[in-house]
Amino acid sequence: MKRGRIAFQGAIHQVTQAEDGRVRLADGRLLNEADVEWLPPVVPGAVFALGLNYADHAKELAFKAPEVPLAFLKGPNTIVGHRAQTRRPADATYMHYECELAVVIGKTGKNLTKAEAMDIVAGYTVANDYAIRDYLENYYRPNLRVKNRDGCTPLGPWLVDAADVPNPMALKLTTRVNGKTTQQGTTADMIFDIPTLIEYLTSFMTLNPGDIILTGTPEGLADVKAGDVIETEVEGVCCLINTIVDDETYFATV
Amino acid sequence: MIKQHVSGTVYGVVLNDHASLRKIGNETLAAAPYKGAPKAPAMYIKPANTRVACGGVVSLPAGTMNVEVGATIGLVIGRAAARLARDNALEAVAGIVLAADLSLPHASYYRPAIREKCFDGALPLCSVKPLVDLANLQLRTEFDGLVVEQRSLADLVRDPAQLLVDVTEFMTLAEGDVLLVGVSYQAPQAATGSQVRISAEGVGSLNFSIAGAQQ
Repeated sequence: MKRGRIAFQGAIHQVTQAEDGRVRLADGRLLNEADVEWLPPVVPGAVFALGLNYADHAKELAFKAPEVPLAFLKGPNTIVGHRAQTRRPADATYMHYECELAVVIGKTGKNLTKAEAMDIVAGYTVANDYAIRDYLENYYRPNLRVKNRDGCTPLGPWLVDAADVPNPMALKLTTRVNGKTTQQGTTADMIFDIPTLIEYLTSFMTLNPGDIILTGTPEGLADVKAGDVIETEVEGVCCLINTIVDDETYFATV
Repeated sequence: MIKQHVSGTVYGVVLNDHASLRKIGNETLAAAPYKGAPKAPAMYIKPANTRVACGGVVSLPAGTMNVEVGATIGLVIGRAAARLARDNALEAVAGIVLAADLSLPHASYYRPAIREKCFDGALPLCSVKPLVDLANLQLRTEFDGLVVEQRSLADLVRDPAQLLVDVTEFMTLAEGDVLLVGVSYQAPQAATGSQVRISAEGVGSLNFSIAGAQQ
């Protein structure tokens, strides 16, 4: 099943995807997906992201692949839903998307083995983990000013049950900018796969329902400008749409 | 009315005091991998699993025997705070907490230190107290009754108001979030079995103990 969260007519609704692709409220009302206000499909707990978790991307950034997962954390301020706008600050010269498979945790887990790890996965969604490289500094890199900006991590639209994604380690990832494909890869190329990441994190910390792991991105980065429409899609999961806006639009008084 | 306990996300910052900058040294900061002193606040996140109430026991991850105890003060945010101006930045602060930012010793600040800083129990916190004047607040750390560190918030590079300005320039702090004002570089290390006490006049004290490996 595909589940989402929307704001509609003054209330927050848990919704599902109807067979024709429309959004179904619990009471049976059907809405067009472009007409609703999308919220992230889960209220985020601890949000982890992985740096350099695809060998080709590590090479693209001129880094050798890490020996232990390069994990960093994000706050809830940076998470926004499907069809939101993300701000490109006026002084940025290189802002790029990152299409990622997001793993949503559904049960509490600590000290799990790889064999047990997938038992705590509730499902999957898609993240676009934007980075503004102008703000990179070499302290706890990638630093929060690059990766934890307000609204810079779109997530959604759907949370797809784990049972409906039998092999999450063989999914195509695609990014399109204004309809043109710019990034392609497959989750088969992850350096640390999902069970390994869960084993690693739970070796020192408890994962809880609502925690999210963004599993990294393959090569194919490109600068995005105000007005660009970015689609990040993971095969069999969903396609997440986001629009880049400039400061004037973002801070405009309506 | 201030909530007694922290409910949001906890953010921290390193290298925010002159003593720490002197200790790490200009040469180190200029060389690889840092290639320059930090410009923006050098931040990290302590997720919810790290929080422990006063009086608690912290079990270190398997294979570790020592932990750095970074005594600090957390600013508890009382309302959504974004793009704050220095003049009224402290109006967003509903209260403060005494905090012990625990870290497994790590020599380098280059990469995010998730295992080192985010293990279960890595953030003992006292209950929320009213905001007091922090300009000259003295923080004292004791292990088993012996004073191992005293530091003054007068030594901060960015004082609480400036830290709020520079953090909220790019990210919104929500009600219940906490911004720790900084920890000492290579803070004193406590061994398993230690009783730790952190105190500050007018704010009270935070007590906890360090136990051996989890499981």
